[in-house]
Amino acid sequence: MTWRNLLRTVWPTVPIVSALIITGLFLSAFGVSPGEGFSAMLRGAFGDVNKVLNVTAFWVPLALASTGLVLAFTAGLWNIGIEGQIILGAISASWIALKFDFPEPWQIIFQLLAAMIAGALWAGITGVLKTRGKVHEIFGGLALNNLAIILTNYLISGPWQPPEGGTFRGTEPFQDKAILPLFADSRLSILSIALLVIAVISVYLLLRGTSWGLKLKALGKNPRSAFLLGVSSERELLLALMLCGALAGLGGAIRVTSWFDSLRQSISGGIGYLSLLVVMLSNFRVALTPFIAYFFSAVLNGSITLQLRTQLHSSLGGILTGVMVLLVLLLGDIKTLNFLPKRMTKESTDE
Amino acid sequence: MEVTLTNIRKYFGTVKANDGITFTFKAGKIYGLLGENGAGKSTLMKILSGYQAQDSGEINLDGVACSFRSPAQALASGIGMIYQDPHDVPSMSVLDNYLLGRSSGIRLDREGGKGELLDKAKRMGYPINLKTHIDTLSLGERQQLELLRLLAMGAEVLILDEPTTGISAEQKEELFTSIRRLADKEGKTIVLVSHKLSEVQELCQHVMVLRQGKLVGKSDIPCSIEKLVGMMFEEIPPRQERKSLVRDKFTLEVNDVNLESDRVSIRNLNLAIKAGEVFGLAGLEGSGQRLLLQACAGLIHPTSGQLLLGSEEITRKPYHRLLNSGVGYLAAGRLEEGLVAGLTLLEHVALSDPDTGFVINRTHFTELTKTRIDKFKIVGIPSTMIDALSGGNQQRALFALLRTPLKLLLLEHPTRGLDVRSTDHIWQLLFERVKEGTSIAFMSADLDELVGRSDRIAAFSGGKMSRVVNATETSAEELGHLIGGEQ
Amino acid sequence: MNETELVKVLSSIVLQASPLMIAVCGETISERVGVVNLSLDGTMLLAAMTGFVSAYLSDSVFVGFAAAAVVGALFATIVAFGSIKLRKDQFAIGFVLTLLGDKLSAYLGQNFTRIPGPHVAHWGIPLLKNIPVLGPIFFDHDPLVYFAFILVLTTWWWLFQSQAGLRLRSAGERPEAGFARGVNINRLRYLYTIIGGSLVGIAGAAYSLDIKLGWAEGSTRGLGWIALAIVIFGGWSPIRGAIGAMLFGASKALAAVLQRRYPEVSLVAFNTLPWLLMLAVLLLVSSDITDRLLIIVPIRFRQQFRQALRVRPPAALGQPFTAGESGED
Repeated sequence: MTWRNLLRTVWPTVPIVSALIITGLFLSAFGVSPGEGFSAMLRGAFGDVNKVLNVTAFWVPLALASTGLVLAFTAGLWNIGIEGQIILGAISASWIALKFDFPEPWQIIFQLLAAMIAGALWAGITGVLKTRGKVHEIFGGLALNNLAIILTNYLISGPWQPPEGGTFRGTEPFQDKAILPLFADSRLSILSIALLVIAVISVYLLLRGTSWGLKLKALGKNPRSAFLLGVSSERELLLALMLCGALAGLGGAIRVTSWFDSLRQSISGGIGYLSLLVVMLSNFRVALTPFIAYFFSAVLNGSITLQLRTQLHSSLGGILTGVMVLLVLLLGDIKTLNFLPKRMTKESTDE
Repeated sequence: MEVTLTNIRKYFGTVKANDGITFTFKAGKIYGLLGENGAGKSTLMKILSGYQAQDSGEINLDGVACSFRSPAQALASGIGMIYQDPHDVPSMSVLDNYLLGRSSGIRLDREGGKGELLDKAKRMGYPINLKTHIDTLSLGERQQLELLRLLAMGAEVLILDEPTTGISAEQKEELFTSIRRLADKEGKTIVLVSHKLSEVQELCQHVMVLRQGKLVGKSDIPCSIEKLVGMMFEEIPPRQERKSLVRDKFTLEVNDVNLESDRVSIRNLNLAIKAGEVFGLAGLEGSGQRLLLQACAGLIHPTSGQLLLGSEEITRKPYHRLLNSGVGYLAAGRLEEGLVAGLTLLEHVALSDPDTGFVINRTHFTELTKTRIDKFKIVGIPSTMIDALSGGNQQRALFALLRTPLKLLLLEHPTRGLDVRSTDHIWQLLFERVKEGTSIAFMSADLDELVGRSDRIAAFSGGKMSRVVNATETSAEELGHLIGGEQ
Repeated sequence: MNETELVKVLSSIVLQASPLMIAVCGETISERVGVVNLSLDGTMLLAAMTGFVSAYLSDSVFVGFAAAAVVGALFATIVAFGSIKLRKDQFAIGFVLTLLGDKLSAYLGQNFTRIPGPHVAHWGIPLLKNIPVLGPIFFDHDPLVYFAFILVLTTWWWLFQSQAGLRLRSAGERPEAGFARGVNINRLRYLYTIIGGSLVGIAGAAYSLDIKLGWAEGSTRGLGWIALAIVIFGGWSPIRGAIGAMLFGASKALAAVLQRRYPEVSLVAFNTLPWLLMLAVLLLVSSDITDRLLIIVPIRFRQQFRQALRVRPPAALGQPFTAGESGED
């Protein structure tokens, strides 16, 4: 194996290793040895069965949102609004949970459906703002994210406040049949994993094998040409965004009826923004996305234990993942580094 | 200033764009640089004007060896180039464009610059309005401003890249007069890059011909066209004989149509195209032809009036409806408005096929794509990325994606940037459709193409359409005048 | 509301708007040269934390601002380098930095939350501050506010009245033209993006050292995004951007006032105002809604109104430039 080939195979690990080193530095800066810090994180994620189940439980909504994002990004949409779509899913599921009393299993089914619809509609607003109002989806999404948070706070401190009075912590716990059936003593719902698998497979097939997926791909790469070739941009963009919103909403419903048992203040736990990092790292490949999401879940849950053990702020987990994504974005593609020989350039060969 | 090129080489990978070119341009003379597309003219001039560096070879100015690392450096040494699309800033005013890049102090001296620019413009005889912004000017006016700027910065050698494409006959005359004066009276060296033999004969005193990166011939003017053509091509391209395929019913009727855009407005346009007819639209950029084509395609809508496709009213119908009713539209920018870089040929075929089901049948489309590749002589396979194809092949791909049959085919600049062989092949494909009854309306800046391929032609100027002329009864000169606004 | 109350409110609007004005100037410069720095929100958070902590540790406000400027410059450098040299997606890099800035500020600032520290001293301009009405509104603040106004005017002059500004703008509008005239496009892009980033950093510190004293996790969250929106609303012009910043400040002040007046109306309604306002102004300047609304304006003035409301981004915004690629066929 030549030097070059070796470098090429090893390269993808460089950003990851660098990120670990940098995080190690942050640990030492605060008096915690990297070894201690990382092992605390590992134990926090995989230390015992319960912890693994929790990592998995956290993972499901994250993976759902990330899978939805692959759709949105394929169509060229920067769906930062995913956070709000998750929240709306949680809110709608909570609404059904608190205000309705259906026989099992309809209670759960309606909760999940309501969540998907709400997430889709919330995404639809961003979509219409873009297609009709020409407002970039970054701003639309951002504004709606904040409105969703405000809505949550309003609900839990107002109309849905628990009987002992609104304390901004959350609504009263949901009735038993509104909660997803949980596995063992954990917060993991096997049903949610099944739904995730269905979602991932569906999105994969949609993108790979259908004309709709091809249209999205074309829209993402060149909206004008796609339009001229016959793709109705407005409709497809809206659909992609709403489908993403539906998956996000589903994730929100799962979160509020398994990880939690009531609607809380930070109901989404930043999962939306995290899923954006996930798809950047997976380079928008459906197959890779759930695995990267699992890794992120492990890091984040591990860092909570880190906080308990070392008193260090749990945002260290976010730093690790953020630095990793940044390095992959900057350095991931080995071709762009100039110490490798340039291939034939793309300079004009005509004339 | 005398410019000597010695053994200039520029390779792009295995493509030899310039393969050892040696030539001397003497002061006060006008040179023509001829060659087909891909011959290397642009590359050579980009090297001379400092835009690119040569791989090997020398440039000597008045005997002194020079190397330029930027156009600004070349200009400082006296070499300036005017591009087909002049490098100005559309959103800035004429004055700001002129002042851009002059390092005279921190504050923008608009007053001083104004006086200077007006003075120079007067000397060259160009009328200019300082306050307007570049994006409201015509191509000819932008060229004039570039010329003024280069002269003001001390250019002794002026390179003009296809300057007469897209300007009116009057502007061309003005340009040629200016060029002659600059060469004769002020001793400038002028190089005209062109593929138009007649213009080279009209203006230039010497000509050099490039073919496939090499200098294959030089001559003094006057010189016969056959001699020039013989140097440019290995064989003389066949002259297309055409009989009329026009049928008796109308495909397109434009009745009293008004169209508006930011730049131009069209009022009370009336036009009718028959089945099997090729209708050419001549005119400067921004005169309204493009607007008309877009309106017929449903991309924009008339503010009043009526558009009929056959007997169906299509005035307000959206683009996608018309796409399904037998109207085809190809914009000029292949990769910007037509093809999707990053998708393969097969994906394009599947994307543009109206009968593609929800699930894509890969085997079916692989076969279909192969068929189209054969029919349209595209150099590629179904899994080739569209942006890996050459310009000519991309144009063929665009034609391969059009639906069949078509009632009306609208084309913006169908053969822009293509060499003679590709152009001929494209027109062969187009005429096959015309035989089947398709009407074609196309716009082109190449008057020879308009005269040679159309049945009838009309010229646009400032939103007004001239009288319609028969292609067999008109000439490039007459068209040039119509474009300039004569009725 | 009587006069003194109104004056107080207006004065507080000017104060609240100042950091935003600084951030908007910084990002306007950056986008005018062709680079979108999406990391503003994270930059401001990290800069606010860094500014406060450095000022606290060194007991000097000046050191705090300097450190914050460095933070802003650093983030901007990453965005610039990633997009200019490495040709990666500007948005993606900026967004990751937004999240990173947030996390870093939370982690590194964890030991410094909710403690008092140094702050910018008040300094009313003598004589000017005594002018009735205008005095207290504009001239009775601290140096940061004066800096903000001077910055807006300076930026405007630099962009539109100087040779350097012409070159700057060419880099964002049509780099080929600038390049043909000897402008080193990429060097300018680095320079102004980094300057812009430093200003954004200063704006962040302005919060922790002047407006919203001290540091708490997430203290300036959301403001960077609002600055980005104001740049658009301001049509990439510093003066119009400053007006936008004050509009935004006004909406917050209005919310506070209304809240006191009508305490029974839930807090919710007022919290939504800034975001609804953001959507409204973006709709106004981006979409065709303006054309429909303009029906009420007499025809003579319609063109001017449309010019005033519509905005057009720098044509080459977000597009990398390489000398020698002309894109011609």
